[in-house]
Amino acid sequence: MEFSYTVAVLIIPIVMFLFLGIVGVKLSKKTAGVLGTCAMGVTTLIAYAAALTYFFGTEQGQIVDGVRQQLEVMNITWLEFTENLVIKLGILLDPISAMMLIVITTVSLMVHIYSLGYMDGEKGFQRYYAFLSLFTFSMLGLVVATNIFQMYIFWELVGVSSYLLIGFYYTLPAAVSASKKAFIVTRFADLGFLLGILILSFYTDTFDFVTLTSNPGAAIASAGGATFMGCSVMAWALTLIFMGGAGKSAMFPLHIWLPDAMEGPTPVSALIHAATMVVAGVYLVARLFPVYCLEEGTMTIITVIGCVTALYAAAVACVQSDIKRVLAFSTISQIAFMITSLGVARPELHEGVGYMASMFHLFTHAMFKALLFLCAGAIIHAVHSNEMSKMGGLRKYMPICNIAFLIGCLAISGIWPFAGFFSKDEILVAAYANSPVWGIWLSVVAGMTAFYMFRLYYKIFWWNNPDYGHHTPHEAPMTMTFPLIFLSLVSIVAGFIPFGDLVTWNREGLTTHINWGVAGTSTVIAVGAIILATLLYRKENAVPEKMADSCRGLWTAAYKRFYMDELYQFITHKIIFACISRPIAWFDRRIIDGTFDMLANVTNSASYAVRKLQGGSIQGYVWVYLAGAALLAAIAIICII
Amino acid sequence: MDYSQFLMMPQELGLLAVFLLVFLFDTFMPKKSLGALPVFTSVIFGAFAIANYFMLMRGTAFSGMFESTASTFVMKSILNVGMLIVLVQSIKWSNSEFVAVRRGEFYELLLTTLFGMYLMISARHFLLFVIGLETASLPLAALVAFNKNRYESHEAAAKYMFTAIFSSAIFMLGLSFVYGLTGSMYFADIASRLVGGSNTALLITAIAFVIAGVGFKLSLVPFHLWTADVYQGAPTAVTSYLSVISKGAAAYAFLVILVQVFGTVYSVVWEWMLYALIILTITLGNLFAIRQRNIKRFLAFSSISQAGYIMLGVVAANELGLASLMFYVLVYIVSNLAAFGVVSAIENFSGKVSIDDYNGLYKTNPYLSFTMMLAMFSLAGIPPFAGFFSKFFIFVGALETGSVAIYVLVLIALINTIVSLFYYLLVVKAMFIRQDDCIIPTFRSACSERIAMIACTLGIIFIGIASCIYTFMVDVVNDNVMMFGLLK
Repeated sequence: MEFSYTVAVLIIPIVMFLFLGIVGVKLSKKTAGVLGTCAMGVTTLIAYAAALTYFFGTEQGQIVDGVRQQLEVMNITWLEFTENLVIKLGILLDPISAMMLIVITTVSLMVHIYSLGYMDGEKGFQRYYAFLSLFTFSMLGLVVATNIFQMYIFWELVGVSSYLLIGFYYTLPAAVSASKKAFIVTRFADLGFLLGILILSFYTDTFDFVTLTSNPGAAIASAGGATFMGCSVMAWALTLIFMGGAGKSAMFPLHIWLPDAMEGPTPVSALIHAATMVVAGVYLVARLFPVYCLEEGTMTIITVIGCVTALYAAAVACVQSDIKRVLAFSTISQIAFMITSLGVARPELHEGVGYMASMFHLFTHAMFKALLFLCAGAIIHAVHSNEMSKMGGLRKYMPICNIAFLIGCLAISGIWPFAGFFSKDEILVAAYANSPVWGIWLSVVAGMTAFYMFRLYYKIFWWNNPDYGHHTPHEAPMTMTFPLIFLSLVSIVAGFIPFGDLVTWNREGLTTHINWGVAGTSTVIAVGAIILATLLYRKENAVPEKMADSCRGLWTAAYKRFYMDELYQFITHKIIFACISRPIAWFDRRIIDGTFDMLANVTNSASYAVRKLQGGSIQGYVWVYLAGAALLAAIAIICII
Repeated sequence: MDYSQFLMMPQELGLLAVFLLVFLFDTFMPKKSLGALPVFTSVIFGAFAIANYFMLMRGTAFSGMFESTASTFVMKSILNVGMLIVLVQSIKWSNSEFVAVRRGEFYELLLTTLFGMYLMISARHFLLFVIGLETASLPLAALVAFNKNRYESHEAAAKYMFTAIFSSAIFMLGLSFVYGLTGSMYFADIASRLVGGSNTALLITAIAFVIAGVGFKLSLVPFHLWTADVYQGAPTAVTSYLSVISKGAAAYAFLVILVQVFGTVYSVVWEWMLYALIILTITLGNLFAIRQRNIKRFLAFSSISQAGYIMLGVVAANELGLASLMFYVLVYIVSNLAAFGVVSAIENFSGKVSIDDYNGLYKTNPYLSFTMMLAMFSLAGIPPFAGFFSKFFIFVGALETGSVAIYVLVLIALINTIVSLFYYLLVVKAMFIRQDDCIIPTFRSACSERIAMIACTLGIIFIGIASCIYTFMVDVVNDNVMMFGLLK
């Protein structure tokens, strides 16, 4: 097959991970970092070659009758349970996986380069690069998966890499507990995912994406109208699968791990917790979209969860004081846009524009959010703090970072001609097409987005001029500014990519045009929000504080993230631990351990009792031997007669 | 006589050629260059093991006394893998002071026993089988006594010799009953003539004696009593050979005899005998293993209980059983040889063989401890290491037969897996968790030892995950495999 070289994008990172993991300690930091970055560069080139050939070439049968084909470049059998239930490992190239190849490798390469400067002098530098390679491998494996089980395997692998990287500073208690929290919450969600996979494969008898999505009606029908608790089992399966996606993509109420995950190194936040891993849930739903869109109930759940999350996260982001937290909540809110966009998408509404919009936003968001995080990293690097109160007036000290951050803010706010404008416009079109309720809801959230992003921007770069003493902030080194410049350029031009031609739900071309009614309104809202933020935060003043005072209760609630973490604490500690875990622990200690202790004691005394058998005298051996042979004969005779 | 019949046995001829080359090298090379003998043997045998893959023949020879099929071919290749690892592992030991003068014998005797095992695997006539069995057993007595300056070595050899002869006698007594009942020594003939329904009590005794004879090679309880003394007394290289290669060959031969000779008609008879043997073997092997402080004795009893698991593949007596048996043997070879590799490296350096000496080994020799840990995990059957998959497949193969007795048997085997986990983890605990200062200082093991250990470690990690290996075994057993252009 023409695309079989694509397998190299998986092989290079995993080899690099093993190499850096095993002999990395013996290399100098610089060698390890440069080696990892070069390997990533090669991976990026191969991924680009594959993706661009897929999108723009014609020779290998990518397009048949105007429909882009799903090419199974490679598919080897790994485990075979029954004729139909086979676990395979392979590479599937289709519009969304090719697009993800570009997103992941681009951001990963930028983060690799950026980390050369950012992580300079950190203990465990080699380990860091090894984990980055592991993550890139897992994430690429996830997006090219040919079947849902392979996706699940890589899904867990990205979870592990995320765990390892969040807890990179393992001497800090906050980082350790954040990594545990992230792992446990996403694992909990993955339980739903696994159950969903099992139900789905039980009824459809396949794990294969192409089989599932090429005939989604048959997949739904395979359950034969079986229901569970009033809903069809297929709706259950798809909702449970979505639960896994919601965990990974930090959807309300499973979002609580993402803000804490900011304890990891900032480049990691940019790569994993902004651009790639957290959109895995969106990708999952998109992957199975043809099946999902036949289950109206599940689609409604997805839409509602998306909308609630978008608003919730935007509200919290408006009042946070830690710049990475603001970005984290903004990420949650933006991913919720993508999820909602999938939820409202229907094949019959504007040719399924919501699907395309979601993927488009995923692409542009990855670029500008990675940009924002990397800028935040440069700022934190310069002022040695995450708190906004320690910043201010930085535009004089860090001009490049200032421009880059501004570009990122304009992009996420949806101002023409930056990338976010185009993708967000398509999302709003899709939302209004489904129901004005969702459309208006998302427009409001879009306005809030513009407000909190510019609040952040002004608080960092304008506001006041604190005395930095002899720690005058300065521009980051070249390795760190280059990714900023590159991603800024991408954030400016990415909106002009004709996504409608490339990525659609039925893989056919789709003509898009800017709906000025929607786009104009949302631009007006965004500009209004920006002006408001400018008035409030351009210069240091007391108005924001007074406003906070005037609705102190609401403000505090938002600052405390509406007490979601406390709610979790209450449920886990007071209800689950006290009412379920304690009795289980008692049962475990007394009954289970008791049984095993007894087993061990019996074993021990039995082994003491039989030791005489092994006396050491050869005559004894022979007697036992003969007795054994006779015993065998006796057993056989007894059993037969 | 048609000499072209010998072409049916290319593997045996190849092994013979290796043996002759080693023998000639040992006899005619000048004294100075004899230090290269171990390496020479390993290289020649390695070349043979690779060339082996082009030697698949299918058919019978010598009026059906000898049969070569895809599965005998693959079984012999599996033994070759183990043999090669043992050879590489023992390079350093065989060049040590006391061994050096007699190392030629070591290799020649070792190759001879392997030849005997080849015959056991391919024999379809009891005469050839007995020749193979004796060729595989008797030279081992000499090998066990190899350290002639050590008292334990003598004791072990004497015990081995006596019990081997005794079990041979019992075995042949059983055979004579069979001959008396059927008038033939061909597996196929016996099977067809037994169908008539002859003297049942005599036949049952005969089967019991045959099982006891082969059970000795496999060290099944209660025919196992020689095992611990011999494993402890013999040089470690010989012990590792005894524990894996000779067991693998015997297990395969056992299944062939039971299925082909006593077949399905009398399967009721031997099934019950095997149930009893398996339960006894696994349980008593475990019970004894718990109390051992000497690591070689410990591994001896662990290998006894492992033999019990291998027997589950024999009980299944179907294609899946045979495939999982072969897979189990392969996994067992790499896991056990990894453990013995560590034991012999430590013994060669410091002479320490007690588990207590391993306390805190992690701090002085992390790589050795790590290898040992993987070996223990694999032997205990912890996923994702190879041992988990081999146990899994052998259980599945046994359950396939679907009788209630088998379910009970597998349940008992599973419970025993938990018990075995306990003592395997004791070793891991000694190495990693005990905080004592280790009395074994940091040292660098020989290059050859490291190569063997790395090979075993890779095997432990990858054989299970690479499911194609097991699928391949299934294909081999169903004989629908094509190797290097040889049509089936």
